Amino acid sequence: MGERKPFFRPRLAFSRDARPPREPDHARQFREVVLPHLDAAYNFARYLSRDPTAAEDIVQDAFLRAFKAFPNWRGGAPKAWLFAIVRNCFLDWVAGGGGAHKVLVDEGALSEAQAQALANVADPDQTTPEEALIRRREAETLRAVIENLPEPFRETLVLRELEELSYKEIAALTAVPIGTVMSRLARARQMLCDMLQPQGAALQEARR
Amino acid sequence: MSACPDKAMLIHGLLDGELDAINAAACEAHLTTCEGCNAEYQRLIALREALATPGVAHRAPERLRAGVEALIGAEAGSEPARPIRRAAPWAASGVAGLLAAGLAVMLVLPQVADNGLEQQLVASHVRSLLANHLTDVATSDQHVIRPWLNGKVDVAPPVPELAPEGFPLVGGRLDYIDGHVAPAIVYRRRAHTVNLFVWPAERRLFDGGRMVRREGYTVLEWTAGGLRYAAVSDIDPGDLRQFKAAFEAHSPDPSH
Repeated sequence: MGERKPFFRPRLAFSRDARPPREPDHARQFREVVLPHLDAAYNFARYLSRDPTAAEDIVQDAFLRAFKAFPNWRGGAPKAWLFAIVRNCFLDWVAGGGGAHKVLVDEGALSEAQAQALANVADPDQTTPEEALIRRREAETLRAVIENLPEPFRETLVLRELEELSYKEIAALTAVPIGTVMSRLARARQMLCDMLQPQGAALQEARR
Repeated sequence: MSACPDKAMLIHGLLDGELDAINAAACEAHLTTCEGCNAEYQRLIALREALATPGVAHRAPERLRAGVEALIGAEAGSEPARPIRRAAPWAASGVAGLLAAGLAVMLVLPQVADNGLEQQLVASHVRSLLANHLTDVATSDQHVIRPWLNGKVDVAPPVPELAPEGFPLVGGRLDYIDGHVAPAIVYRRRAHTVNLFVWPAERRLFDGGRMVRREGYTVLEWTAGGLRYAAVSDIDPGDLRQFKAAFEAHSPDPSH
């Protein structure tokens, strides 16, 4: 058919425009209520799986499930609701053998990729390139240290410190008593402080 | 100088704002008198500040955001169709209305039906990109895919390897399109996926095929040898045409 233009069937002028352009209400509501938590969901999935590709798959899967379950959502904190779905998707991924054959990534390449990713992160209060660089290094170190925390301490710490869920929400999400959440969190923070010890002092210095 | 072991949980609770007023006041009072506990509290605050550094929390990549957006669009679109009720106001406005309604039935309804089909195709394509959804049989060997399809569906489409043309064969999957269990043959174009759905053709489309853009995806449909094909991908429409040409060039032509 070569040069011929793509063939479109003739349409009445109104045949297309007359269709209601708006989405069903529940899709619009979903965008308003759940979609704003996409970054958070990705952050959670990413620290759970420690695998950028898997994290994307998990979050896509979670949003598909969330969208389908959304008509049954009974209100309450949408973030905690979404996180419960993300967590289930993560557990399915683990059950499906995900993570067992985790690809080892070249460290050099990783930090370069991270640096590149970080370069895209808007940093409103950065002043000089030097300071931006220090912050980037700091962030990279912290990411690596969090990833090195064993479970279930990593999950608890991420939910509390990065996602700011309450003890009660974390307890419900991870299906343990609040006392367990508290002891996990204390232990996670202790481990983080220990791992950051040498850098910790420097970090504090750099901030002054 | 170390923190009092029995106060550890209280200090975390204070930091997290999880203590009730009485315990919070008691804990704060303790911090003013106990150097060890105060040092621990300051250390936890420093840790919290460090964790708030931009770039510690991950942000969703743009590709993921686009994928989720497309997913919502596709899923929302595949819900029960609403356009039907639009016919009512026209029908209510007299002869002209009747005429318009008549035209609409003739011209709009087939369109609506096909829109639903393309919506289905895009939704299936998007779903296939989700975790572990792409292929039921992952192989680049066409001699594996054909027999695999054989017992499962009533169509036997050609499954040419198109790697030399820049579209390597990735595998096959069963899907459900337009009321048929339909095989999807999966190809790749660089980092992109092309899903080729095949089901029995009920009518012939023009030889040039029909191309529709939807939610950022391109659907290219054509018929050949009694089969209906629909290729869905986010690659450039020109590339998709190239895919069709390559597919046809490598398929035995049943019409001769």
